[in-house]
Formats: sequence, structure tokens, C-alpha cells
Amino acid sequence: MAVAKKTTEQTDIAEETQIKPFTMNFGPQHPAAHGVLRLVLEMEGEIVERADPHIGLLHRGTEKLIEHKTYVQAVPYFDRLDYVAPMNQEHAFALATEKLLGITVPKRGQYIRVLFAELGRVLNHILNITTFALDVGALTPALWGFEEREKGMEFYERVCGARLHANYFRPGGVHQDLPAGLADDMLEWCEELPKFLKDLDSLLTHNRIFKQRTVDIGAVSKEDALDWGFSGPMLRGSGIAWDLRKSQPYDSYEEFDFDIPIGKTGDCYARYLVRMEEMNQSLKIMKQAIEKLEKTDGPVKVNDRKIAPPPRAEMKSSMEAMIHHFKLYTEGYHVPEGETYTAVEAPKGEFAVYLVSDGGNRPYRCRIRAPGFAHLAAFDFMSKGHQLADAVSIIGSLDIVFGEIDR
Amino acid sequence: MDNFARSFLLTEIVKGFLLTLKYMFFVPKVTINYPHEKGPISPRFRGEHALRRYPNGEERCIACKLCEAICPALAITIEAEPREDGSRRTTRYDIDMTKCIYCGLCQEACPVDAIVEGPNFEFATETREELFYNKDKLLENGDRWEAQIAANLLADAPYR
Repeated sequence: MAVAKKTTEQTDIAEETQIKPFTMNFGPQHPAAHGVLRLVLEMEGEIVERADPHIGLLHRGTEKLIEHKTYVQAVPYFDRLDYVAPMNQEHAFALATEKLLGITVPKRGQYIRVLFAELGRVLNHILNITTFALDVGALTPALWGFEEREKGMEFYERVCGARLHANYFRPGGVHQDLPAGLADDMLEWCEELPKFLKDLDSLLTHNRIFKQRTVDIGAVSKEDALDWGFSGPMLRGSGIAWDLRKSQPYDSYEEFDFDIPIGKTGDCYARYLVRMEEMNQSLKIMKQAIEKLEKTDGPVKVNDRKIAPPPRAEMKSSMEAMIHHFKLYTEGYHVPEGETYTAVEAPKGEFAVYLVSDGGNRPYRCRIRAPGFAHLAAFDFMSKGHQLADAVSIIGSLDIVFGEIDR
Repeated sequence: MDNFARSFLLTEIVKGFLLTLKYMFFVPKVTINYPHEKGPISPRFRGEHALRRYPNGEERCIACKLCEAICPALAITIEAEPREDGSRRTTRYDIDMTKCIYCGLCQEACPVDAIVEGPNFEFATETREELFYNKDKLLENGDRWEAQIAANLLADAPYR
């Protein structure tokens, strides 16, 4: 009231201050929310007091759906989890099923998988770094990065027929062999990409604006990183040299020569640096994989007609193969009773599938461990005491994709 | 001292600007003029579905229903009856393109290469109902894209 006495005015102000911290909605339609993240932020002025990530807006019930699909039908669902690096998720499911089936993929199939898993990693990191830069104010990297990403997705398209939803890694190997000429083109791309990475580096790494927005933001100590169940670049950014490709190699990763980059400070900047170097390491692995592929001939999937469908020509000429074909595409194969927790080093961290089979042709339970979920859970503790704008930086460096968090 | 000079002279900013200017003037453009120019697609591309015919005009589909069985999205519906000449053919072949996830399992499963995912990716419609494809629409697609589909299948044959 305008005619209020001085004393009431003072109480008014006191009451006003008591309303704080006020609550603010961030997302789900915010462009920096990387998908459909809804954050409820309790703000003290511009300082984040508490951040409450609300999830579930992209929930599609993948895990339950998979219980009603045969093992082959379940593969496309994995493309749709982390849709930025689809083949890496398929990899986890394929490995889990293979473990239960007790089969080993032929060498050529393994190398193709390594090649495309690493391509997925590069594509994921390109997208993450460039959009992260976009969140903190740099537009150019995103424009350039998408060109390189597009080239990479063309390789996806050439090998499996789809730019994103690959459905390429199958339990027992990969669907088809590489088409002629693809390996050479990929090698050429591997040779050229470092030039783009260098440009990206010179735009961002020493840029004072980028550094002001990332250095000492969202710092996570080693202990905290372990306590919160971090994995992947988030863990390595905090200085822990943990990489499933080294610690429990799958699909011949032990034959490849690569290093694990680690960060020292555990902040957004360190995670950025880790991802930058990981791309170089991935390119190194890809080159080795292409080299090995040249020397390795042979099948790309297991030579077991009870698990992998017969080639087209055989199916057309042999009655037995035809029966196998019909069986595999209707009933599918039965997986022996058992359970497994199989993890792969996906670009975002430890992506794992906990698969339980009751001996039928469909998984009894397929629990998916998404790295982004654990990282998002730590968002509250990481953003506490930071400004609102820093929350955006932290989300960018978390590398969250809602497909896998909401599942 | 070195750090001080660098921060004072804005070296990293200047470098960044020079780099972007270089890209602006000396690097050929990479964008394409989309409806008139299109990006490359491979023989394996999985686009709009089509039902194919044999060269004599007979439809390939024998109503084995493998595609219906494998479809993870349950997008395919088939009904079949013996035809007057005794051969088994579909009386109904519907694909709900809004359900389809373009995984390619139907074309993998098809023993006679009848249902294929062709090279066409431009089939947006104004209404949802237009995306419920029936057998006529699929056969028409097959007739329209047959040349390219056949070439793609031939190119991919050694790997299938």
C-alpha cells in the first residue's frame, strides 16, 4: 500500500525476502536442456540452491517392450535409447545375448563392431562438444561439427541403410559385411578429421569466453565421482583412469593400442578436454581396425544356423536353410537359462544390459543401465552454489541424452 | 609473462576470427540446395516400403507372413486366401507407416524379396490416414521404384 507507514514497509521487505528461494522451471522445452529435461530449480537470486531434475517425459517402456520381443526384434529398441550413438547400445545387448548363448563372434565381425563403436564415439563427442559450446555461446563449432557428423552418419547409412537407427549389430555378429570401398572411405575420413579437431581446438580450448564459462564449473572430486556412480568421460574428467575397453576388454579391444585420457580438475573444462582427446584415440582405434579388417577375411557373424540366418543364396537353394530362415524370423532362437550383466564403454559411460533369460525365445527381463541417469542424479550436487548460467554449462558437459535416461 | 601477453593481445580471439574468416572465404561450401540437390544414399538405404512384382507382372508376395511375424512394431497386417487359380496370395496387405520403425527386418525376412524398403524418403503426407498404406499403394510404390530397387538389390546381393 502506498500509504503504508515506515514500519510496515520494513516488514513488507522482510516478508518479501522470506519468499526466497523461489522456484523456477527450466525446460522441458528449453534448448539448452538437451532433450526433454525438466529442471525445477530453487534459486537464491541467481544462485542455484537445489536442482531437481524431473525425468520421464520420454519414457517409452523399452525394458518392458523387450520382454515381449524376440532377441532379434529387441535390437532396434537399443538404437532408440541413446540416439546419438546407436550402435554402442546395440553392442551391449549383442554382447549380453552372446554371453548367454555362449558363442563367440568371428574376428572380422568383432573388428567391424569395434570400428563402428568407435565411429559412434567420435560422432557422439562431436555432437556433445559442439552443442556444449553452443550452450555457452559459441555458434560456429556446432555449424562445422554437423558437417563432420553428417559424413560419419553417411558411413552408418552405407553399412546398414539408416543414418541413425542402425539395427546393425546383432547377437552373433553384425548384419552384413562392409560394402566394397567403405573401409577406404572411412580411412580417408579418419585421416581428415584431425584437421577439423584442430580447428575446433583452436576455436575453443584457449578461448577466454569458453574458459570463463567452464573452468571450475561443476568440479567433481575423485571421491565424489566414484560415490555418484560416474562412468565414462565424467569419471575420467575427474582423474580416474577407468575405461571398460581396457579394464575388461570385449570384442578384441585388447588387441588395439590406445590411451585413456584423464582430466586433472574434474570440472566442465576437464571433461571437454577428455572428450577432445578421446576422439583422437578413437580415430587411432578406427585406423587400426580398418588395417586389421584388410587382413581378416571370413564371416561377420557366427556360422551357426540356429542363431544367425543363412545367406540369401543358401536360403533360396537349400530346404534346410529355408527352414532355419523361417524359424529365426518367427520364433527366433531360444537362449539358455541364465543371467548376465554385460557392460560396454559407450561414449557417455558404462552402458550395460542386465539380461535374464528363462530359456525362452524372449528375454525374461532386460534391465538397461544408462550412464546418463547416474550423471543426471548428480546434477543437484554439481550445480549447488553455481549460477543459473553455469547450470547450463554443467548440463552440456554431462552429455545427457533423454532417450537412454527415460528409456 | 607469456600468459599475460596472450591475454592482453587477445591472441586466441584473433586466431578464432581468422579461422572463421578462412572458412568463410576459402573453403568451398558444403551445403546442398535440398529439394533440387540431394545427399547420396547407398543401396542399403531403408526408406518407404514397396511391394514388388515379377517381370511378368505377377506379384511376388506369397503371404508367408514372415514380415508380419518379425515386425517389432506390429505395423504389418496380412490376410491371405488361395486365389482362383489356386496360388496363395494376400487379400490384404497393410502397413501402418506411422508405426513402422524402419528397422529393415521385414525385407530381411522376406524369402521372395517382395516387401522391400526402397530408396524413397520423401513421402510426407498432410493427413495421418494417408500413411496407412494398403496393398494397392504398396504395389504402386513397387511399380514406380522398381528400376532403382532392382538395381539396389543387385548391388547388395553379394552381401546378403
